[in-house]
Amino acid sequence: MNHYPGWKNTLIAFFFLLSALYALPNIYGSDLAIQISSAGDASIGEQDLAKVETALSSDTVDYKSIVLSDNRILIRFEDSQAQLSTKALLKETLSRNYVVALNLAPSVPQWLSNLGGRAMSLGLDLRGGVHFLLEVDMEAVVTMSIDRYYNELRSLLREDRLYKSIRKEGHSLLVTFKTEESKQQGKALIKDELFDLQIAEGSESELQFSLEITSGAIKAFKASALKQNITTLRNRVNELGVAQPIIQQQGSERIVVQLPGVQDTARAKEILGAVATIEFRLVDEKNDLQLAVNTGKAPVGSKLYYFKNGRPLLLKTSVIATGENITGASSGIDQNNAPMVNIQLDNAGGRSMLETTKEFLNHRMAVVYIENKVETIIENGEMVKVRTKIQDIINAATIQGTFSNRFQVTGMESARAARNLALLLRAGSLSAPIEIIEERTIGPSLGADNIAKGFLSVLVGFALVLVFMAWRYRVFGLVANLALTLNLVTIVAVLSLIQATLTLPGIAGIVLTVGMAVDANVLIFERIKEELKSTSNVQKSISTGYEKALLTIADANITTLIASIVLFSFGTGAIKGFAVTLSIGIITSMFTAIVVSRALINLIYGGKKVQELAI
Amino acid sequence: MSLKSLNIPNIDFVNRRHLAMIFSSILLIASIASLSIQGLKLGIDFTGGTLIEVGYQQTADLEEIRAKLNEANYQGTNVQYFGSDTEVLIQLAPQQVTSAKLSSSIIHMLGEDIDVRRVEFVGPKVGEELTNDGGLAMLYALIGILIYVAFRFEYRFALGSIAALIHDVIIVLGVFSALQIEFDLTVLAAILAVIGYSLNDTIVVFDRIRENFLSTRHVDPKPIINDALNQTLSRTIMTSLTTLLVLFALFYLGGEVIHSFAGALLIGVVIGTYSSIYVASSMILALGISKADMLPSEKENKEINTRP
Repeated sequence: MNHYPGWKNTLIAFFFLLSALYALPNIYGSDLAIQISSAGDASIGEQDLAKVETALSSDTVDYKSIVLSDNRILIRFEDSQAQLSTKALLKETLSRNYVVALNLAPSVPQWLSNLGGRAMSLGLDLRGGVHFLLEVDMEAVVTMSIDRYYNELRSLLREDRLYKSIRKEGHSLLVTFKTEESKQQGKALIKDELFDLQIAEGSESELQFSLEITSGAIKAFKASALKQNITTLRNRVNELGVAQPIIQQQGSERIVVQLPGVQDTARAKEILGAVATIEFRLVDEKNDLQLAVNTGKAPVGSKLYYFKNGRPLLLKTSVIATGENITGASSGIDQNNAPMVNIQLDNAGGRSMLETTKEFLNHRMAVVYIENKVETIIENGEMVKVRTKIQDIINAATIQGTFSNRFQVTGMESARAARNLALLLRAGSLSAPIEIIEERTIGPSLGADNIAKGFLSVLVGFALVLVFMAWRYRVFGLVANLALTLNLVTIVAVLSLIQATLTLPGIAGIVLTVGMAVDANVLIFERIKEELKSTSNVQKSISTGYEKALLTIADANITTLIASIVLFSFGTGAIKGFAVTLSIGIITSMFTAIVVSRALINLIYGGKKVQELAI
Repeated sequence: MSLKSLNIPNIDFVNRRHLAMIFSSILLIASIASLSIQGLKLGIDFTGGTLIEVGYQQTADLEEIRAKLNEANYQGTNVQYFGSDTEVLIQLAPQQVTSAKLSSSIIHMLGEDIDVRRVEFVGPKVGEELTNDGGLAMLYALIGILIYVAFRFEYRFALGSIAALIHDVIIVLGVFSALQIEFDLTVLAAILAVIGYSLNDTIVVFDRIRENFLSTRHVDPKPIINDALNQTLSRTIMTSLTTLLVLFALFYLGGEVIHSFAGALLIGVVIGTYSSIYVASSMILALGISKADMLPSEKENKEINTRP
């Protein structure tokens, strides 16, 4: 009686070793490191490694090691001084095809990582960093596509002079025809050419109908806007230089961006949220500026623009080139020590620029900065989306020579503004405005604090429970303590293996599990005590105690598991972390408290003549 | 069998249930009154708004910070020490313009030599969603548990455990309302954990009640329930104690960020332990539980008992 077969004991021992092995990576700290990855889709190879090594050897940099693996180069350092100076050096020497980012690299020994051993990944609240939730302004996506169809429709129907008028009405286009015949013709044309448009139900009358975009097309536009924004955000994050960023779609119109270790959150916000582009336009020198300002009406073919300081200027409506023509941009300083942006245009833009500068030599050309913003504000208790479009003239300078696809934009407000504009132009523009609807930033000092405090509370809570159990249940208490220790090791091993993100609430979940995991053993031991009172057969008391408590333990734990699964499916970020550790803890504790403690009790008491149990 | 001879406590819980009922009623009425009069002090997770935690080299001057914020014309600001007097927590209600840039400009305004420890910005829409999701989570957890307990035991047990859970949740919320402790997402998580814990306790007692019903020929439910409560009492206390021990560790050492989380769990564990003894069992007694109700599940129990 009370004897486990050898294979069962071996299996338990094997399980314990396995848990210990996969929990092991967490005791090694991490190294300060620099991670170099590709900014595009290109892979990083031996050539790149050689390039980096040459750069490092040109300047005497102290580094621990340099490795190429997983499509990235990792350089480890002893101290942060060397890390930071190397980052500056590499940023300067390497081209923009590389992302150079500071990182913390776990220093797990090679043999262990060969076995698949990895340390737990720490959440932003433990390592510091920024979490953004961005929402794409889908309303703007629809408006933009209506605008596009408005233009297409006009040019389609213009050829045969079919329509009398086309008006934008909300999200539909009201088309009025001259005759019934032209209406039928127009209808056929639209059906053939613009198949994403359909006639709104019940809107058709004698000479007009209203067109709307099919729901399928709207869905596709929204999806592609989201996808394009994610791509642009990824480019921008690459430009910021962040190791292990997360850029993910959430739902149908939201994007999660997590930037571990980013400290300058103000810059991150400026860069991520901005929908900035520039346009090049000629200055209208013929018409009267003052008249336009006074009447508020610009002459045909021109539009009134303002400098940031409020100075007005008339610009021609036709655009020479836009941000979409830009293939390269970098910031710098001109001969007068003023910040500027070097611009490179594509062929179409370059051609247009060449023609314009040839024809309008000694005229003035203006650079207009355009930014679309969307914000949700509360007005009289209602949530309202406010969209603003900023259009500032950055500069207006006389064209002094012909140029095509390479030139400079001066008149920047500051070096920072020049840097940001260059970055935004390089990374491409967002296809629809986005708004930051949630931000959670944890500074590095608080992150370190959280780790220390979380670790301490696990340790103290754990120690208190150990002492308490040993005092109350003596030998059985020690067995429970061993099971509890194994449980803790197993939780860490499972978290490391599935690479779940450990957060502060996750640590709280572990602490709570430590408190609750002994419950199963308490139930069993109390039951054994009860049995001992009604029978003198010690061995039978043990086995009956375990048996009778089993179902109760299962029932009690399953209900707690239900609660934590609900928590997982409804919770966001931090709460999910709590639910994950709690769920894992409940499952592993069932195993350790029932099977492992039984094995130990069997080893101690099983098959022996025992007069009294130390319980 | 008589309990006395087995040296098991023999406290007359069942006949004191009216006293417990009065006690619970007072707590519930006070909680509901507080909740309806002053409500919960909802954190920015639910209301939307901005929260900034900054560390100073020396003792921070709260008045100066307040003056700066007033000067810049921010409304609904709350400035307080957080943990120590070198750390300051600034909270802003949703402003006329609630953009994420707000925090950047405030940090800029506070000066250079501060350590930005935490910034949280929750847009009004997200706040609303989190509130809805939170309520739903609570509801689904209760429904899931109701179904499981009704399936494993009997509907009266399910109702009894749900009554105990609602009792616990209302009182914990009541304490948070009465003391005006900030209610944020982590507290919500704690309350869901309390649901899990309290239920765990209740199930253990119910399990014993069922077992006792099946193993005795008596039909009067009162002594049977009372015996079950006494038999499980030492386990109930032991588990509460170990859980409270770790929660105290978390409460005192875990740091400010999870202070209210640990607080909610501490209150919840105490209330949950009390409710599993008094509320849940009184409830099934009131619903008229009897031996006959246990019989369908007898077969299942036998199976377990004959396991090697």
